Amino acid sequence: MTSTFLSDALIYLAAAVIFVPLAKKMGLGSVLGYLIGGMIIGPFFLGFVGQEGKDIMHFAEFGVVMMLFLIGLELEPKTFWRMRRFVLGTGIMQMGMTTVLCFVALLLVGLSWQASLACGLALSMSSTAIVMQTLREKGLMKTESGRTSFAVLLFQDISVIPILALIPLLAVSGAKAASAGHPSFMEGLPGWAQTITLLVAVNSVVLVGHFIFVPFLRFIARIRLRELFTASALLIVIATAYLMMLVGLSPALGTFLAGVVLATSEFRHELESDIEPFKGVLLGLFFIAVGASINFKLIIENPVKVAALVGGIIAIKSLVLYATGKVSRLSFDQNMIFTLGLGQVGEFAFVLFAFITQLQIISAESSDIMMGATAITMTMTPLLLLMNERLILPRFGTKEAPEKKEADEISFKHSVIIAGFGYFGSTIGRFLRANGFEATILDNDSDRVDLLRKMGFTVFYGDATRLDILKSAGADSAKILIAAIDSPETNLDLAERTKKAFPNMKVMVRARNNMDAYNLLDMGIEDIYRESIDTSVRFGVDVLIKLGVRKYTATRAGQLFIKYDEASFRQLAQHRHDQEAYLVNIREQIALQEQLLENDRKAIPNIHDFAWDMDAEMKNTPDMKNNTG
Amino acid sequence: MKKLLILFSHPRFEKSRANRALIEDIDKIEGVNCHDLYEEYPDFNINVEREKELLGNHQIIVWHFPFYTYSAPALLKQWMDVVLEYGWAHGSKGNALKGKIAFVALTAGGTRESYAANQHNQFTLREFLRPFEQAANLCKMIYLPPFAVHGTHILTDQQLTAYADSYRRLLIKLTTGEYDPVSVSGFEYLNDWLSNKG
Repeated sequence: MTSTFLSDALIYLAAAVIFVPLAKKMGLGSVLGYLIGGMIIGPFFLGFVGQEGKDIMHFAEFGVVMMLFLIGLELEPKTFWRMRRFVLGTGIMQMGMTTVLCFVALLLVGLSWQASLACGLALSMSSTAIVMQTLREKGLMKTESGRTSFAVLLFQDISVIPILALIPLLAVSGAKAASAGHPSFMEGLPGWAQTITLLVAVNSVVLVGHFIFVPFLRFIARIRLRELFTASALLIVIATAYLMMLVGLSPALGTFLAGVVLATSEFRHELESDIEPFKGVLLGLFFIAVGASINFKLIIENPVKVAALVGGIIAIKSLVLYATGKVSRLSFDQNMIFTLGLGQVGEFAFVLFAFITQLQIISAESSDIMMGATAITMTMTPLLLLMNERLILPRFGTKEAPEKKEADEISFKHSVIIAGFGYFGSTIGRFLRANGFEATILDNDSDRVDLLRKMGFTVFYGDATRLDILKSAGADSAKILIAAIDSPETNLDLAERTKKAFPNMKVMVRARNNMDAYNLLDMGIEDIYRESIDTSVRFGVDVLIKLGVRKYTATRAGQLFIKYDEASFRQLAQHRHDQEAYLVNIREQIALQEQLLENDRKAIPNIHDFAWDMDAEMKNTPDMKNNTG
Repeated sequence: MKKLLILFSHPRFEKSRANRALIEDIDKIEGVNCHDLYEEYPDFNINVEREKELLGNHQIIVWHFPFYTYSAPALLKQWMDVVLEYGWAHGSKGNALKGKIAFVALTAGGTRESYAANQHNQFTLREFLRPFEQAANLCKMIYLPPFAVHGTHILTDQQLTAYADSYRRLLIKLTTGEYDPVSVSGFEYLNDWLSNKG
């Protein structure tokens, strides 16, 4: 038992560690890496994992559960309320149209209307796991396509609750969900009672979250044992999931609700940082399991059927998504990312298909084919996005490189390249431009690229970490690269790549906080700009002034503080590696903060220096100096 | 009635006893405008147009500062460098300040006696202030002798109050009284002119 667990763990983790970096190096993204890894270790190729792949999938679905908990956590009710129209509009359109089209198509193929409707609903789901991971990796979360994707996915994830409640009503009379392991409370109840049970369960999660979880976490937090808090966070997620399963509901939704409830509590960020690593690993495991579960035998036996199904699904979904994108007024580039990004069938479809099969609405065999097709569409997504990025968009959308005018050829080569033209980068760019220095801009938000080009900037569109784009932007001859992308990971990646590939350029990097800055220092980057420092100090200076300190004294104190902070930051960076066993990012941050405050107490420069102040000496020998108080 | 502008430059006014006594409520004298340079431009980024406008609105300009290491604090030098533009303040077409009165008001730790040949400070205060004198000449202004508070560290509160009083009287006299600037120039210090009953 233990040995199989260990050997399984060995295989899965090795697959992740080998294939994900390979895929990343080839520019394929981590999701595809996991999926390919899964296929390779799966029964068809190496056969390291066999039928138990399905069990692993059940286990790994917990990654999805955690992901939804985190999405819930990030979704304060207030934010959600502000987005409600957008979420409802795009969501209803996408799910409604997809379901109807799939329903008609499946009816035509000869399924019963109940089966067609149930499958249509399942197929209208997209994969939150794949889309969010991919968009985040590509730094597209903040673009229009990212926003729209999030809205649609959110609607889908929430609508799983009513769908799960409705599907039993479709069951052929007499058929009941067959026991799948543990007996659930909902089994054996008539359809309407199941629906009521669901509503009760949802409401109790909200109530329990408010009145039990939050006080419980407060109690735990007071004990001040970090690992106990992590354990409690896991306990909340697992307990919610378990209770939901006991009632016979989707655990993912239970935890999503729990997340939303806890989003307003003071523990939001701690919970996030505690659950995040677990979610990451389990989600990876989930993708591997999806890859491993692809039944290549079934595909080879029914190549036409599967191909038609996959092609049909992607075609219908893409069509509807494109229309939805059009209605939401996405530009062509953004809409293509949105359309192809959400074109797969999602992880909830696995849950729904299993449920539908239990209720005997469709046969086990059709369900296998459906699930196979689902897994294949998931694998297709990263490939389609890649094709879109490399083949479709450069030709039909916003051009990667700006239009070349013959005469412009030389002025094209600016000596500064700015990667990332958001709030941060654009300020640098404007400042440089105001002083007569044009910069070449690299950005991956097509809407922004179009706008900037209209304003006469030289803009290259695409992923700044791609060496070929950097090269065409003139990295060979540029003097300075400004890495000002929002995501610190991407900046780090970019800095590392350019340092190697274009040693001629000086790399100047935006760092979000001290932790990012330390990582950059470790890489040998000298010019690091922590985004909060200057603003916070300037803020502090103004506070001093409002408290009655003379403006010049306050200004000088601010200048001194920035200098001191820079020095102490560099000093701490050297000692950072002396201290071992720092595992959790946030904990390290707190430790560093503590050290910083301790040093401040000892060595902080303040306005009580002796400049312009010889009083003490003067009182004894008034004629020695001419300074005056 | 003339309008008087004090260009007050003190990087650490909050610690100054002497200058606090001199400057406190000085604005309340009619026609006197105290312009606190270090408070206005803590980043040394002087608004030249605004300064020119201020100069234009006043007939008497006072460079008021603590006498650090034989000169004015850095911001006042910065002010002179950027505001007294060629073509505006000086040069054949630079007549904006022509005929205005200018003088230095300062506080010094050393006594008046220590500012003399063979004494501790080797030179007289007038000698140390030559750059101000010639800058005023260059701008076609009438340069008056300095008003000085010496030995600030050994002054009693009473003596300090007396200095503050005479500074006030000086400003009132300069803004309202009838006087001949050329004859005033004959005194070594404005303090002397004030006590000379003239």
